Amino acid sequence: MSEARTTTTYREALREALRAALRADERVFLMGEDVGRYGGSFAVSKGLLAEFGEERVRDTPLSESAFVGAGIGAALGGLRPIVEIMTCNFSLLALDQILNNAATLCHMSGGQFPVPLVIRMSTGAGRQLAAQHSHSFEGWYAHIPGLRILAPATLADARGMLGSALHCPDPVLIFEHIALLTLEGELAAEAGDVDIRHAAVRRTGRDITVVTYGASLHKCLEAASELGREGIELEVIDLRTLRPLDDETIMGSVRRTHRLLVVDEGWRSGSLAAEVGMRAVEQAFFELDAPIARVCTEEVPVPYPRHLEDAALPSVARIAAEARRLVSRVP
Amino acid sequence: MSRELRLPSLGADMDAGTLVEWRVRPGSRVRKGEVMALVETDKGIIDLECFEDSTVERLLVEPGTRVAVGTALALLAGEAAPATQVGSGAEVTAPAVRASPAARVRARVLGVALEGLAGTGLGGAVTLEDVERVARTAAAVPVAGKAAGLRAAIAAAMSRSKREIPHYYVQLTIDFGPAAAWLGAYNAHRPPLERLLPAVLLLKATATAAREFPAFNGFYTAQGFESAAVVNLGVAIALRGGGVVAPALLDADRKPLAQLMPELQGLVERARRGHLRSGEAASATLTVTSLGEEGADAVLPVIHPPQVAMIGFGSVLERPWVVDGRIEVRPVLGASLAADHRVTDGRQGAQFLARIRDGLSKPEAL
Repeated sequence: MSEARTTTTYREALREALRAALRADERVFLMGEDVGRYGGSFAVSKGLLAEFGEERVRDTPLSESAFVGAGIGAALGGLRPIVEIMTCNFSLLALDQILNNAATLCHMSGGQFPVPLVIRMSTGAGRQLAAQHSHSFEGWYAHIPGLRILAPATLADARGMLGSALHCPDPVLIFEHIALLTLEGELAAEAGDVDIRHAAVRRTGRDITVVTYGASLHKCLEAASELGREGIELEVIDLRTLRPLDDETIMGSVRRTHRLLVVDEGWRSGSLAAEVGMRAVEQAFFELDAPIARVCTEEVPVPYPRHLEDAALPSVARIAAEARRLVSRVP
Repeated sequence: MSRELRLPSLGADMDAGTLVEWRVRPGSRVRKGEVMALVETDKGIIDLECFEDSTVERLLVEPGTRVAVGTALALLAGEAAPATQVGSGAEVTAPAVRASPAARVRARVLGVALEGLAGTGLGGAVTLEDVERVARTAAAVPVAGKAAGLRAAIAAAMSRSKREIPHYYVQLTIDFGPAAAWLGAYNAHRPPLERLLPAVLLLKATATAAREFPAFNGFYTAQGFESAAVVNLGVAIALRGGGVVAPALLDADRKPLAQLMPELQGLVERARRGHLRSGEAASATLTVTSLGEEGADAVLPVIHPPQVAMIGFGSVLERPWVVDGRIEVRPVLGASLAADHRVTDGRQGAQFLARIRDGLSKPEAL
């Protein structure tokens, strides 16, 4: 079979995933604010209304609680809804539906009422959209049993995670990072469903395990290239699935490098980074040769001005500096 | 006020040593007993301990340098001893070693002591790399070279002994029955790690007797004999690659058996790893050699100068023994004393051996 590849973007890969899902299963439909006529707030669903019609690409009122609730009802009724929430900031309006209904019904009904719902939402900062459009709440959602949380950071995952999520009997939340939409690259023409259970080692290295996900992955890889020239080798792990966490891949790497740096665009306190670090202490304490370190977003609402936003977010420079500190030696 | 840390003699015939590695840096605060440096001698690599609480001012000798005994290695600034050390025998807690969890595990696997090791990690913590470097340094000295050096050291010490010390010998066969019975009962209801070996009874009985016979416990120097204030009992330990060393169990007469047993095991382990501490390598005031497992009836020892006596024990063997006019089979033990005739005479020697015998007949009192 030929390995034909096409050049595409993260945004187009997301759109191709929606198109493939709508084609593959007539129970699948997409709904959310501006997903139809406007083509999606981030232009992900552009063209799909014309291709699939109003029954399957539905614009909703500005009421996150109502349309997420409708999605839950549709899933319970046998459909395979894909609900888009403009940004994760607004998902808090639907938190009651997500946490108290979607995540619990299967468990409270003794397995009789699974909720095969997929919710896509954008996350993250870096586009000067200010505090109400720039936060990262995937770590909060990863706290909730009953949900599966995905964070595609590559074109293959942007293309493949949606199809896999639709096959999952549990509610799945997919966090699409706004800074990655324009990411360009090559994708296999036959790209399709991907594994949504395991983390991926994106770069191997012997000195420090760097655990990250989403847009931070690319900052970590850049820092790794920079440090590679100094002889410091980072092993970069893309979590991909934030719940359940793939402890095995993380700890396997920590056992090789004996050092752990967690890079997370969420705020530091009570973060997913804290969870990963704590698990390393629980499961690999005797392998650690240096304190566990974190690079997270500064604990302020993400600022609007460019220079302040840059200063608040994890940066290549901060990641590299922290990595250098971990392997530094007292003379 | 600054003081000099000088290279001590770590054995009777040591006149020089090679500084292998510093475990402290300028500014390091060290407590009495902490390891400051590794020094390679004919007896292997020895941990050089600090004699009193100090702060390191300056290191004067580079690692890898061979220096004569008495050479100043570092400048130290003394500190007042902490109040807790005064009187009362209150336990002084050693400062916690800052080491990474992985380094601790590796150190245990490789048999590297963390105490006093200078860490290069964050906050001065000992890292995996530090542990592995020390392990490599220790392993880098070729075994054949070590063995040859040790053999030369034994040759020098024993030749000097036979040249200078007029030995006399006394022998006594001891009924080991009471001690064996007591040991059996003691060990019966204890887990393996807490059980006592016969050797520790022999050492304790000797140390206790030495306290009552100070003329056998001390050093003979150019100024004549001087008995020692403590009983640091040397234990001859055969090394796997050949050769023998005799490091000391410090204050052996004052420690209960349950404490001496693990100390003895630690001493044997360190001796065989070639990693003795300076405090125990050269401080024996009287030495015991025991050929317990070889089946010899008795051994006539050669005194290790500048000591003035040495006790030898053969194996515990079942032999006919007269008890109340009848012959019985008893476990018996051949004990010998080699002593310096410049200091004591045969009669005292016989009394000293008899005192050891009496101790072994009442093991519960040891």
